[in-house]
Amino acid sequence: MTVSVRLSHQFSGFGLDVDFEAPAGLTVLFGRSGSGKTTIINAVAGLLKPDRGRVTIDGRDLLDTDRRIDLPTHRRQLGYIFQDARLFPHLTVAQNLSYGRWFARRPQDGDEMDRVVDMLGLCPLMSRRPARLSGGERQRVAIGRALLARPRLLLADEPLASLDEGRKAEILPYFERLRDEVDVPILYVSHAPAEVARLATTVIALENGRVVRQGPALEVLGDPMVTPAGIRAAGAVLRAEVKAHHDDGLSELDAGGIPLFLPRVPHRPGSFIRIRIAAQEVILSRERPAGLSALNILPGRVESLRAGEGPGMLVSLATPAGTILARITRRSAMTLGLDEGVECHAIVKSVAIAPEDVGGARPRSDG
Amino acid sequence: MNWLTPEEMAAVMLSMKVSFWATLVSLPFGILVAHALARWQFPGKLLLNGLVHLPLILPPVVTGYLLLMTFSPVAPLGRALESIGIVFAFRWTGAALAAAVMAFPLMVRAIRLSIEAVDPGLEQAAATLGASRVWVFLTVTLPLILPGILTGCILALAKAMGEFGATITFVSNIPGQTQTLPTAIYAFLQVPGGESSAFRLVLISIALAMGALLLSEILARRLGKRLGGA
Repeated sequence: MTVSVRLSHQFSGFGLDVDFEAPAGLTVLFGRSGSGKTTIINAVAGLLKPDRGRVTIDGRDLLDTDRRIDLPTHRRQLGYIFQDARLFPHLTVAQNLSYGRWFARRPQDGDEMDRVVDMLGLCPLMSRRPARLSGGERQRVAIGRALLARPRLLLADEPLASLDEGRKAEILPYFERLRDEVDVPILYVSHAPAEVARLATTVIALENGRVVRQGPALEVLGDPMVTPAGIRAAGAVLRAEVKAHHDDGLSELDAGGIPLFLPRVPHRPGSFIRIRIAAQEVILSRERPAGLSALNILPGRVESLRAGEGPGMLVSLATPAGTILARITRRSAMTLGLDEGVECHAIVKSVAIAPEDVGGARPRSDG
Repeated sequence: MNWLTPEEMAAVMLSMKVSFWATLVSLPFGILVAHALARWQFPGKLLLNGLVHLPLILPPVVTGYLLLMTFSPVAPLGRALESIGIVFAFRWTGAALAAAVMAFPLMVRAIRLSIEAVDPGLEQAAATLGASRVWVFLTVTLPLILPGILTGCILALAKAMGEFGATITFVSNIPGQTQTLPTAIYAFLQVPGGESSAFRLVLISIALAMGALLLSEILARRLGKRLGGA
């Protein structure tokens, strides 16, 4: 399952020119607003006609302007989860869910509806109309409706952006399950680093209508040169195995042989999780510190440094647990004599890792 | 209703028949034109919009005269239609045609406004779920604009009931043939002693109009409640 997208489109005052591949799993189009993310998935969906481009899913052409192929939206076999849910107000939840199923030309199996309803917890809502659902419930129905259309590709356009923090936390795990349990590639638009860190298998970083970096999520997010959401929001992602939950409210993890302590995570021992470590929260030290309250100390080697426009600097550190990003001042970097190849230690306070930055991961290496 | 003379009765029944058919037959065209004006981009859109609204602006007598020029048996189109058995001039069908033409702008306007109020995002969502344009219209747009269609129909019915100028110019005022409520009231007022007949017909006109308004209000409320998610 590979989706390949090549598009160029000219708006007044804005040009889009991208070329990327989305492998199986969840691919995030990551960039600030105005970077062209929504334009891309609308072109993939056929809701926008690009000047030039080619879009294929597993070698099947949806669009090829050179060969004058342009499948209409309804024949592209997609599921599109919009930011504003877009449920049909005149239909009940059950009818909304069945809508795409009814048009899907692919063979149906009867249990599918039950499975999706079960997975998304929609059972008590089935006879309601959208006007009587909360924002989070609406988005869950929208996910189910898109899934039941038996899509070859799922598109999601900032599906959490219109929800408050509580509702976001309610919906995020469903996208983790989609990524891990449903065998359909997902193109997911986002500008929120925490969402990207938790969900992405692959990241396509966008700036001003161009792809600045694409690759496996852990690699792209650990690259100090790629900060689509701004240097302040930078943060690397580690994969770790849950080892034990201790009585003092901490969970012990193992990340590449290095023990990490976090406020209690909801995942069972033995399961793999992803942790986003905000670059802001990392302290660097040349010596292994002693007599420090911080519990997490990761030895590593400086891979690269990037000076920002202000007094700050972004340093990436290769550690046995994975790449760590640290945001420090230029002055500190000078004093410590940091340069490529220099050994140093990253220090992270346990409580600095926010619960929304911790999410489930597959035991496989792609996260 | 034996308090009506056969002539008055005939005018009432004819008016109902004329406005019913005028509304029913023009409804599909009304929805099509409203959809085109609200959603499609095509050359000549302004012209179509102007043509549809023309009967609203033109003196009704002029519209009636234009209809007569087009559909009279001596005109080419009228003759062609006559040869396949369709005659409009001086028949009740002509009264229905005149009423339909005069009511069309009101119907289109009401439906167009309701189509414009439908979020195009819902239609896009339906398309991504596999619905072709026709299915999108039938399963999403049409159910959502039912209140607008209803309003358009009531307006058209009321307009058709009251149409006078174009009707009397196009199909004249033949009792039992083309004499509708308003033309009958006019005719009764022209003869001495006709006031009581005219007055009874006026009462019926008011009753029909009120009835139609109430019915549309009740139906609109019921539809609104459904969309509101009760």
